[in-house]
Formats: sequence, structure tokens, C-alpha cells
Amino acid sequence: MLELTVNGNRTQVPEHVKTISDVKQHFHIENQAMIVEHNGEILDKSAHTEQEVADGDKVELVQFVGGG
Amino acid sequence: MLTIGDKQFNSRLFLGTGKYPDFDTQKAAVDVSETDVLTFSVRRMNIFEPSQPNFLEKLDVEQYSLLPNTAGAKTAQEAVRTAKLANASGLCDMVKVEVIGCDKTLLPDPVETLKATEELVKEGYTVLTYTSDDVVLAQKLEEAGAHAVMPGASPIGSGQGIINPLNLSLIVEQANVPVIVDAGIGSPQDVVTAMELGSDGVLLNSAVSAAADPVKMSEAMKLAVKSGRLGYEAGRIPKKRYATASSPMEGISV
Repeated sequence: MLELTVNGNRTQVPEHVKTISDVKQHFHIENQAMIVEHNGEILDKSAHTEQEVADGDKVELVQFVGGG
Repeated sequence: MLTIGDKQFNSRLFLGTGKYPDFDTQKAAVDVSETDVLTFSVRRMNIFEPSQPNFLEKLDVEQYSLLPNTAGAKTAQEAVRTAKLANASGLCDMVKVEVIGCDKTLLPDPVETLKATEELVKEGYTVLTYTSDDVVLAQKLEEAGAHAVMPGASPIGSGQGIINPLNLSLIVEQANVPVIVDAGIGSPQDVVTAMELGSDGVLLNSAVSAAADPVKMSEAMKLAVKSGRLGYEAGRIPKKRYATASSPMEGISV
């Protein structure tokens, strides 16, 4: 198991979760529009499949919501 | 035509996307408003309940210029980060700087607001800054490179209307960038007043989304913006203490 902090929640993910795309699939949000920040770095969309995650990493998954 | 930075808009009404009763009502209200600019916020996804619908799904976002806000930020640094997150979507390069300094009144922190504006202008964003109705601060924001200043009419969501029309008119008078009145508007009357004072536009959210009939209110606001602007351009008559007859005084048959 791998421990990640995703949107402020410390969470265990299985070993096969190796990239940001895998994290999105793990949470069943791979088809949603989102912006990803990995350890404080905002990622280009194209980098999600390549960017590897490691134990202890911080991942922020954000989206647009209604606001004024 | 309203020009902000290198962008041009037909409508002077900017619409927020928060707190509508449902997405269909929101879409209908947005459609009837004929707005060009929609604001929204950036928030964490709910990873434990991923099936919740997103407000963008119902709207054809290509039709609009999207204006993300930095609401939730309490420091310039947080506001800059939020702006960068929004920009990474590839959907927008404008940002509404909003740095709140007080949880109770939701009034902006002037120091952090100015810092965030400076930083985001340097980064190349088109920056619209939400500010209090402080005349000097509006000037400083313009000097910092803000592409528009957005003075609040009164506290966010309060619906109190324009509580300091004098300050607003002074901000309008000195400004060399568009002035978009943001926050606190309650009724079409408030919008007409803002526009008659010479504001270049208004940004509304709760006044429409929390109205008993948001779609009808959206139309009322659209007309108020147009009416107020036309009135401003036409030039109102000065107020006088005593009457001036509009019918000829000569030839009265008695």
C-alpha cells in the first residue's frame, strides 16, 4: 500500500496506483474535468499519465464550482 | 462595448454561478441575462462522492469568457495559487482577485489584495480586483496594473445595495480602467444606480440566484444594466429646488 494525502485526506491506495492518472481512476473521477497539483506543482493535463506518485506525496484535485 | 485588458464584451452584466436552486434554473438565468462573462470558484473535488454533477456540464462554456475568482484566499499567496490552478484548466486567463480579510463581513483585505494584484499582473493575467469602495485603494490597484477595479456596493450577499454612492462616483471619476460594481447589489434599482453613477458594469450573483424567480430577475437585471447605462450616456437633468414648467408660459387662454 501507498499513503497519499489527497485533498487533505491521508489515504491508502494500492501498489498498482503509480501515476496521477491511476489516482484519478482509483477515485473514479477519470472522466471529470479537473486541475491537479502534485507536491505543490500544478501539472499540465498532458502530464497526468506520466507523472509518478510516491509514498507520502500530496495530491490536490480541484475543479470549478459555482461562485460569484 | 466594454473593454477590459485585451478583451471586449457586448454585455456589461457579469454573472456569478453560485447558489442557484438547480442547474436548469441556472442555465435559463444565464441564457436570459445575455452575459458574456461568468464567474466561478475553484474548489477541491469531493473524491468520496465523485458522481455529483458539475455546474459546467449544463453550460456551453465556449460561449462565455470565464472569470475564476480567488474566493477562499486569505493571503496574496493563496490568491495567486488559486489563479494559477484556474489558469491551468486552459479555459481562462482572466482572474477576479478576491482576498477576504474578515469572516463576518467578508470585506476584502486591502494589503493582501494589492499584493495579489501586483503579482498576477506581473504573471500576465488579466486582473479584475474585488475591493472595498475605498477611493485611494482603487487608485493604487489601478497603478499596480489592475485591468478593472471591482468595488463592492456593500458586503457580499447582503443585498444592501450601494451604501456609499459618493465613494463609488469618486472611484468612477478617477478611474482610467473599467469599474465593475461587485457584491451587495439587491435589486434592479441598485443596478440602475450603479450604472447611472458611471460604472462600466456590474457583477451579480445572489441578487439573481437567490431571487424568488432567478430567471425573471436575470432579465430584470439585464434591462437595468442597459437602462442605467443609457441614462448615464444620455446625461440626466440637474436637480433643482423649485419647479420649471415644461408647458409654455405664453398664450395661456384664461
